Amino acid sequence: MSHGGHLLFIIALLPFIGALVPGIMIRAGRNACAAFTAVPTAIAFIMLLILAPQVMRGEVITFQLEWLPQLGLSASFFLDGLGLLFACMITGVGLLITLYARFYLSGEDPMGQFYTYLLLFQGAMLGIVLSDNILLLLIFWELTSLSSFLLIGYWKHLPEGRQGAKMALTVTGAGGLAMIGGMLILGNIAGSYNLTDILQAGDQIRTSDWYLPALILILLGAFTKSAQFPFHFWLPHAMAAPTPVSAYLHSATMVKAGVFLMARMWPVLSGTDAWFYIVATTGLITMVLGALIALFKDDLKALLAFSTVSHLGLLTMLLGFGTDKAAIAAVFHIINHLTFKAALFMTAGIVDHETHTRDIKRLGGLRHLMPITFLIGTVAALSMAGIPLFNGFLSKEMMLEEASHTDWWGSHYAVPVLATIGALLSVAYSFRFISHVFLGPQREDYPHTPHDPPFGMWAAPALLTLLVIIIGVAPFLAEGIVRAAANAVTGQELKFYLKIWHGVTPALWMSGIAVLGGLVLLGLHRPLDAAWIKAPRPEAKAIFDRLMAGTVGLMRGITEATHTGAISRYLAIFSVAAVALGWAAYSGSGLSAPTRTHLPVPPVIAVGWVMLIVATISVVGMHHHRFRALILIGIIGLSISAGFAYLSAPDLALTQISVETVTILLLLLALHFLPKETPKESSMGRKLRDGIIALTAGGGVGALAYAFLLRDIDTISDYHIANSYEGGGGTNVVNVILVDFRGYDTYGEIIVLGIAGFVIYALMHALLDGPAARRLRNTDYSQDRSRDRHPLMMVVVTRVLMPIAVVVGLYIFLRGHNQPGGGFVAGLVIAIALLMQYMASGFAWTQERKKIEYHTMIGFGVVIAGLTGVGAWLAGQPFLTSAYTYVHLPPVEEFELATAMLFDLGVFLTVLGAVMLMLYSLSRIARFAGQTVNVGPMDYDPGHPYTKEEDEGAR
Amino acid sequence: MIEYALIFAATCYGVALLLDLWRIAKGPDAADRILALDTMVINVIALLVLYGVWRGTAIYFEPAMLIAMVGFVSTVAYCRFVLRGDIIE
Repeated sequence: MSHGGHLLFIIALLPFIGALVPGIMIRAGRNACAAFTAVPTAIAFIMLLILAPQVMRGEVITFQLEWLPQLGLSASFFLDGLGLLFACMITGVGLLITLYARFYLSGEDPMGQFYTYLLLFQGAMLGIVLSDNILLLLIFWELTSLSSFLLIGYWKHLPEGRQGAKMALTVTGAGGLAMIGGMLILGNIAGSYNLTDILQAGDQIRTSDWYLPALILILLGAFTKSAQFPFHFWLPHAMAAPTPVSAYLHSATMVKAGVFLMARMWPVLSGTDAWFYIVATTGLITMVLGALIALFKDDLKALLAFSTVSHLGLLTMLLGFGTDKAAIAAVFHIINHLTFKAALFMTAGIVDHETHTRDIKRLGGLRHLMPITFLIGTVAALSMAGIPLFNGFLSKEMMLEEASHTDWWGSHYAVPVLATIGALLSVAYSFRFISHVFLGPQREDYPHTPHDPPFGMWAAPALLTLLVIIIGVAPFLAEGIVRAAANAVTGQELKFYLKIWHGVTPALWMSGIAVLGGLVLLGLHRPLDAAWIKAPRPEAKAIFDRLMAGTVGLMRGITEATHTGAISRYLAIFSVAAVALGWAAYSGSGLSAPTRTHLPVPPVIAVGWVMLIVATISVVGMHHHRFRALILIGIIGLSISAGFAYLSAPDLALTQISVETVTILLLLLALHFLPKETPKESSMGRKLRDGIIALTAGGGVGALAYAFLLRDIDTISDYHIANSYEGGGGTNVVNVILVDFRGYDTYGEIIVLGIAGFVIYALMHALLDGPAARRLRNTDYSQDRSRDRHPLMMVVVTRVLMPIAVVVGLYIFLRGHNQPGGGFVAGLVIAIALLMQYMASGFAWTQERKKIEYHTMIGFGVVIAGLTGVGAWLAGQPFLTSAYTYVHLPPVEEFELATAMLFDLGVFLTVLGAVMLMLYSLSRIARFAGQTVNVGPMDYDPGHPYTKEEDEGAR
Repeated sequence: MIEYALIFAATCYGVALLLDLWRIAKGPDAADRILALDTMVINVIALLVLYGVWRGTAIYFEPAMLIAMVGFVSTVAYCRFVLRGDIIE
């Protein structure tokens, strides 16, 4: 870790921490919100400036923090010339944008949200340019896609905004996916995921068989992000974003991420034919095509968007050339493009803000109304056109110079000619920007009479324009940073000087042709525009929408073909597959000889067996009559519970008994509001088919169990039994497994149980708001009923039983660690004790006497269990490691205290809360069905006799 | 001696279980079936206790107790369903 490394880490972290603030600070006003957004950005910027001299000297500042070393993922950052250039751009322009957005956003826009998104994006972007680990870089890469999605769709009420955001996310996200693949391949070849290592392994990577796949995948990521042909279409649609976003993301930073990545990987990936032909060609096409479309766009921001596409193409082409000089030109142009394009976007935003339109055909003659804006816009546009004494000229000259001696597929003219055409078109649309917006006669029909905006709004573009002129006149001022960045890109010490006059070179001629041709083209714009509008051309959005609709349709087809929603089908597929696999395993190696013999079957056990079988078969035969089927299920539950008890599984028996009772109650509650008969739906053939599948699957499982029971097989049970007391401090192996060995599973399960409780509650809530509630109110459920709603006998018995049941529950809970029992069973027992009260005296009466909300109980349960697990960390142990000790308090026998007990308490509370919440939710239906509430605990209270009339009155 | 007593008792309860099963199958109405199921629960409690006595361990006592305590809750619920439709009013 080098000197200043910690600063680097802070720089990367600052925007993320800062992102938490604007959302709150907006309550203190818009100025405060903007100011607090600027603070982290400004601090990061200053820190970068502090580190800058070191980097300019050629040092590389690094910071190392292991994250997941097993995966090769570390939170490592490094800062070299290229990183410094980009980081300064991101934070510097970020500051200007913060200022600009303060004045740009109207009072109705949620500004806190905007600044939060902006800082999130800034953090992600800084992460990309500072990451020393490509996995980390990928994370930040995805983060930029996500945060830009939020920013583009910031005006949620605009359909263009939402669609543009979706399109941008789809395209860049898909590219990001490809890039993940490419980066993983790259890391595999180099044997390390650290960029610094990868950058050293250039030769190894270029000669690898996997070079081409990695190259293509990584370029897919870079091209989608940097809007290269044919992925350029998302950028113009992303212009539905507020202008500060367009200026920041779509000219200065995010779209340059692809360029940055190509520059970053330049020493490793460039220098091959594949690189040259893919990258330079794509760049060249993008440059010319983008410029051509830009010329005919009437929307100011669309014009700038396509011009950005074109300039990104230019940068890509330069990097694609693979020569040192081209790399220098690319780095220099990145700076220049940033200054003039961000200024132009802000100018467009000002024009839009003041005139309420961005349509060039409705503008013109603004130079008198908005002189300051005119000046800023003109200087920036002249620089974009590449006119001498503005910075755009310098880098464009360097580009043309490079293009003039680049051969493409044996042709000496292809690249220079196309580059000149690109430059020519660029001149044309730049001049169009000036002349059609600002020049010409003043009009009377602006949607809103414009004037220059307040200082705060034009300050940022003015500063950028100042840079345009300074660099344009005195390019040597930018030499230091350009050299540092170019050295970092190429990985060697470069000697060069930036100057205005290079003598009469081919580039100068090409530039001259471009300017003259551009002027001619502008003059011919009206007829050309008419021809352009008539000409057929592919509409990217329509194609994209069709493509998306096709993909969605295909996926839906697949989903619907496989997921019909019929559980019988899933079960059939699952059962048949399981049986087939089991059969394959059996027929593969067969079975070993049985090592155990049959135990005798006592006659009484045979009776239980008969009960189970008869009841099961009867359920199948009688399931159309639902209530009868429920009674039969009662028999099955009873037999199974007794079976568990008999077969030495008392824990299971206790659980099964309680679960059976709760299940029956739940089913009966639901059945009240359901039809009492199931209609006959299945055909005979279907029944036969399903019957065969069911019998085979059931028989298969039975055979498997039988085979296991007859053989001695080593299982993990032996380990559990041996270590239960030693490791978990309990003699009840089942409980120790639940709260200790597999405590993590149990923790997950109680969370799921809690969620299930909440979901039932929420579903019921939604259900009772909908048409179901109306149907409930209009159905009469009260025919043929006994009039005794709350019989005295029952009330008395349940009251007496309540304390007994609670004591039993506590007893089962406390002894759980060493004897059968535990939190789960105890929770169910207490739940049943409470349910009895609900049944006896009614829902509303009991509900009034309830002190703790069941929701709270679930929450506390999960938190207590979680905290118990976390407690182990304090002792330096892994999550949920239990500890126990023996305590001796004089009147009581010596007893054990284990942390597992606390965990079990969490289980207990969650189970109790979840079960009660489920029953509570189901019981609520009745209230909606128009049921009345009783005042007394029972229908006839001997202590307080009241007449039937009173009761009716209470109803 | 206890051996014979246990066998006798267990046989009786086993037969009772079968008779309960018969009653549940035959009906004729819901009340018969609910009553038979409740009797079945009681018989199972008895069998568990007997088994505990035979094996000389108290471990079967708890399931038996729990069935005794909560078993009747389902019976009550079945009855309320038949009488009032809604088991928690």
